[in-house]
Amino acid sequence: MYNIEKYYEASTVREAVQLLADNPDLLVIAGGTDVLIKMHGGKIEKAGLLSLRKVKSLEAIEKSPDGLISIGSLVTFTQLANDPVIKDNIPALAEASLSMGGPQIRNMATIGGNLCNGVPSADSAPALFALDAQLRLQDKEGERVIPIQEFFLGPGKVALKQGEILTEILVSPENYNGYGGHYIKFSMRKAMDIATLGVAVVCKLKDKGTFDNVRIGLGVAGPTPLRCREAEEYAREKAISSQTLKEIARIAVKSTKARSSWRASKEYREHLVEELTWRALKIAVGRAGGVEID
Amino acid sequence: MTKKIAFEVNGKKVELEVQPGETLLEVLRYRLHYTGVKKGCAVGECGACTVLIDGTPTNSCIYLAVWADGKEIRTIEGVAKDGELSKVQKSFVEEGAIQCGFCTPGFVLTATAMVESGKKYSREEIKRELSGHLCRCTGYQKIIKAVEKSLQD
Repeated sequence: MYNIEKYYEASTVREAVQLLADNPDLLVIAGGTDVLIKMHGGKIEKAGLLSLRKVKSLEAIEKSPDGLISIGSLVTFTQLANDPVIKDNIPALAEASLSMGGPQIRNMATIGGNLCNGVPSADSAPALFALDAQLRLQDKEGERVIPIQEFFLGPGKVALKQGEILTEILVSPENYNGYGGHYIKFSMRKAMDIATLGVAVVCKLKDKGTFDNVRIGLGVAGPTPLRCREAEEYAREKAISSQTLKEIARIAVKSTKARSSWRASKEYREHLVEELTWRALKIAVGRAGGVEID
Repeated sequence: MTKKIAFEVNGKKVELEVQPGETLLEVLRYRLHYTGVKKGCAVGECGACTVLIDGTPTNSCIYLAVWADGKEIRTIEGVAKDGELSKVQKSFVEEGAIQCGFCTPGFVLTATAMVESGKKYSREEIKRELSGHLCRCTGYQKIIKAVEKSLQD
């Protein structure tokens, strides 16, 4: 039995933001795989909950005629991992989704919850950082769209204002069309584990042997998921070789602010960033139609 | 504060008043006495409490009872038909995939959902589908074999 003092259910976004405006102390719940675990563990002692589970309009993955991919915040990880739009256009996110939790958790947990929980290890975040995703946030007054990089503020802290909910995750065609991508999660177990490190890369090529540009998103390499701008700058229009990939990976470490935890030391995480970045790049280059690298 | 919910358990209609803090696990196990639903970790890690909700394997320990309103729930008690074990259950028996039995209802229900999906699974995919269940007795080889057997035509 969870200590739930009040429980509200919204069936539309409008109703949800109205309820949240009227009851500012409510905690939003969707899949429940983070909120209920925190309640069980005593991190949240008691709560009034606002459930979004019946807001059907937030359950869809769509690709508009101009290529904009929109992912409703209630989309589950199982949906993400199996959806043809995600698999065909942004495979790094499909791979990341399949790496999260286990099947029963993926059946419940939502992408919106994963992001709003705000942890550095959020499995969906590195891919969405690399894809320059935008988030649609809505409150009673209206909505705004912000880059995902501005959403994560610190461990467990996100840019949701009082009364605001995350409704959609948007990926623009110019950020995935012609790109190859890959995600690698490093964890002690293959399932039901939190990432020790997560690396998502996407790259676009000028020709088989030359990068146009590369974008690298990392999880658990700092207090928030992050991008490796210096390495991305270095990679721009470089000839692709084993050396270039390793150099990009080496520079990627400079953008990290890893810390030591019981899961791994700072030094080990930095080693993982370097090793996994070039491994992920190698696969992403192949997927973008580039040369094979030993 | 209670809420009235109506749902089906193993084809039987149920209506009852639940508190918002009650889990589906608690309602099934302690109020409706479906004791085949096991309480293990209570935080969605071990899979012992897995039931099928509209056919989808779900950890009932982190699923609020109010969410079950209008759903069809299947527990291990609803798997055998007219006293005859299902194909999945028979495979578990034949492969010796059971020791203490605490994890078994969850494994059988996930395997049942896999069989009913009509999909083909590689051995790696079977392992992935079962990865939300912990068994502390046998190791997993016999369980994987039993699921492979259930999936054969």
